[in-house]
Amino acid sequence: MSKHTKLFKKLVIASIGMFAFAFALVPLYDVFCDITGLNGKPSLERAEISTVVDLDRQVDVGFLTHVQNEAPFKVTVDQALVTVKPGEMNQVTFSAHNLSNESRTMQAVPSISPGLAAQYMHKVECFCFTQQILQPGEKVSLTLLFYIDTEITPNIKELTLSYTVFDIVTAN
Amino acid sequence: MTGAADNIQDPDAQVTDQHEHHAPTGFKRWFFSTNHKDIGTLYLGFSLLMFLIGGAMAMLVRAELFEPGLQLMEPHFYNQMVTVHGLIMVFGAVMPAFVGLANWMIPLMIGAPDMALPRMNNWSFWILPFAFAMLLGSLFMEGGGPAFGWTFYAPLSTTYSNDNTAMFVFAVHIMGISSIMGAINVIVTIVNLRAPGMTWMKTPMFVWTWLITAFLLIAVMPVLAGAVTMVLTDKYFGTDFFNAAGGGDPVMFQHIFWFFGHPEVYIMILPAFGIISTIVPTFSRKKLFGYHSMVYATGSIAILSFVVWMHHMFTTGMPLAAELFFMYSTMLISVPTGVKIFNWVATMWRGAISFEVPMLFAIAFIVLFTIGGFSGLMLAITPADFQYHDTYFVVAHFHYVLVTGAVFSIMAGVYYWLPKWSGHMFDIRLAKTHFWLSLISVNILFFPMHFVGLAGMPRRIPDYALQFADFNAIISIGGFAFGLSQLLFVWVVFKCVRGGEKVPANVWQAAEGLEWDVPSPAPHHTFATPPVIK
Repeated sequence: MSKHTKLFKKLVIASIGMFAFAFALVPLYDVFCDITGLNGKPSLERAEISTVVDLDRQVDVGFLTHVQNEAPFKVTVDQALVTVKPGEMNQVTFSAHNLSNESRTMQAVPSISPGLAAQYMHKVECFCFTQQILQPGEKVSLTLLFYIDTEITPNIKELTLSYTVFDIVTAN
Repeated sequence: MTGAADNIQDPDAQVTDQHEHHAPTGFKRWFFSTNHKDIGTLYLGFSLLMFLIGGAMAMLVRAELFEPGLQLMEPHFYNQMVTVHGLIMVFGAVMPAFVGLANWMIPLMIGAPDMALPRMNNWSFWILPFAFAMLLGSLFMEGGGPAFGWTFYAPLSTTYSNDNTAMFVFAVHIMGISSIMGAINVIVTIVNLRAPGMTWMKTPMFVWTWLITAFLLIAVMPVLAGAVTMVLTDKYFGTDFFNAAGGGDPVMFQHIFWFFGHPEVYIMILPAFGIISTIVPTFSRKKLFGYHSMVYATGSIAILSFVVWMHHMFTTGMPLAAELFFMYSTMLISVPTGVKIFNWVATMWRGAISFEVPMLFAIAFIVLFTIGGFSGLMLAITPADFQYHDTYFVVAHFHYVLVTGAVFSIMAGVYYWLPKWSGHMFDIRLAKTHFWLSLISVNILFFPMHFVGLAGMPRRIPDYALQFADFNAIISIGGFAFGLSQLLFVWVVFKCVRGGEKVPANVWQAAEGLEWDVPSPAPHHTFATPPVIK
């Protein structure tokens, strides 16, 4: 029977390995997309300040905000569309209002469309890097400081940065 | 030579033989059985029961869709029926039926006395009823059972599901463990217990397809277990695998699910290919055309099945490069599949064909599975998929490959081997009636779904726009007819098990394979001495 046991053990190890692989897939997909440059995920890291500006090109950057699951927030952007030059620093102001009578924690999650433009959007300062605690009825201004990479491919003439706002307290 | 011979001299095997004369009966016989034939019968019986329960749910769905508007049920109940119908048919009907056929036939086909790991075999079957009791039980709990589709996409299964989701998760865990144990058993049996002289390229096609299926099961069932575990921890323990608010990604769920899900569809069709490759030569009175290419085609399909998963997700928004890659890789699968179809046709070409019931089902399989394959090719075209996605066209496609594909092959297999199992010929006139009723009704049921799908009728919705009303009434009538026809199948099988005309060892004169050397009905213990293959 040892021949059976040997093969049996190998197959059990393979099954356990594949179970672990399912969890490994979570980081692996990101790694794969980073290597191939197919990743459409916006970066959540603070970028370096840009030094060069491409004066010959213009890119339209649109902003959207969306509150998820009827969270008690109102989030708006002052300018829905800005036209920028690649490399140029831009500041956009958002305002967030806590509509409830209790203090809530807010988290904005960015998403960029088209996906391939995500790697060219560099955020130097963004309220999406941290969570915001809003007191009852409080209104705050939130700042986004960003620039578009000068390497941006010529076929991308416009892109949209969309923020989905979550109520962290109920999410957990 | 040594492997099988050693096994015969194993003292345990001797003891089992001596026990034959006072084997337990009734409940104990089945509950404690380690005999591959008993366990195969259990699997097949269980699968038939699940097929009827899942079919009843489908008929409720079709009753609701008989005319537009909401008539019979709340949308939430409709969603539960759609979800549990899918889960039961995939994990309760099709997969256990193939495992049952594997249990019965693989040892007989390779000349082995039993499966290699008989006690684990008992376990892998007997945990299944508990899994389905849990899944079905959740339907009766407050809030109802799973209602997020059998694909349980996050956040439907995490944020928007009810607390009974844990029952679903644990049921899927148990089904997964059962499948993995079954797969391990099949691999160990085939690798270690083939009769002396049965080299790999002399191994029957059904055994080959099951070996490859078993490897697929081991590769992807644990990934499914991982996916449901992530759903469980996201829902109950505050992890954020699929929760964007916490840095997770709901699309990640689809990537992990379809990494399992696409190989899964081949798990449900490769053994069917094996059955058809066994039946067609018998009733064409010729050897299988292109045996080697069949083996390589099966292997190619299995390997390709791991690099096509994103064709289920074309509309989630992905880079052009990925869309092109997954479109071409998906279309590539039609090459080995085409090899198989042409091989079956070439086997029949100039054969002395006779149209016994298994052959009727096999020919219906070849024609109708090909239709399902073609609609699959249409779905693979990325730009077209944006139109077809989540419509009844998709429903038509996967029911053609799963009902007229997998289910028809199982019925072909049951009719082919039932006389060997029971020792009786089934009632041929009734069986032919069952075939023709099924063939006609299944096409009335699924063919018009192509039309309403192309016209834009969305799937998984309990109501629809008025212009789809006529076709949906026809589809529902086909559905009821197909569902009720299966009661005839139950009657034919029941009648055949109870009695009938006695059959010789080689029931279908021209059949080849070791299973036809043993008497009919196959005795409780076979191949205690391994046959020698020349």
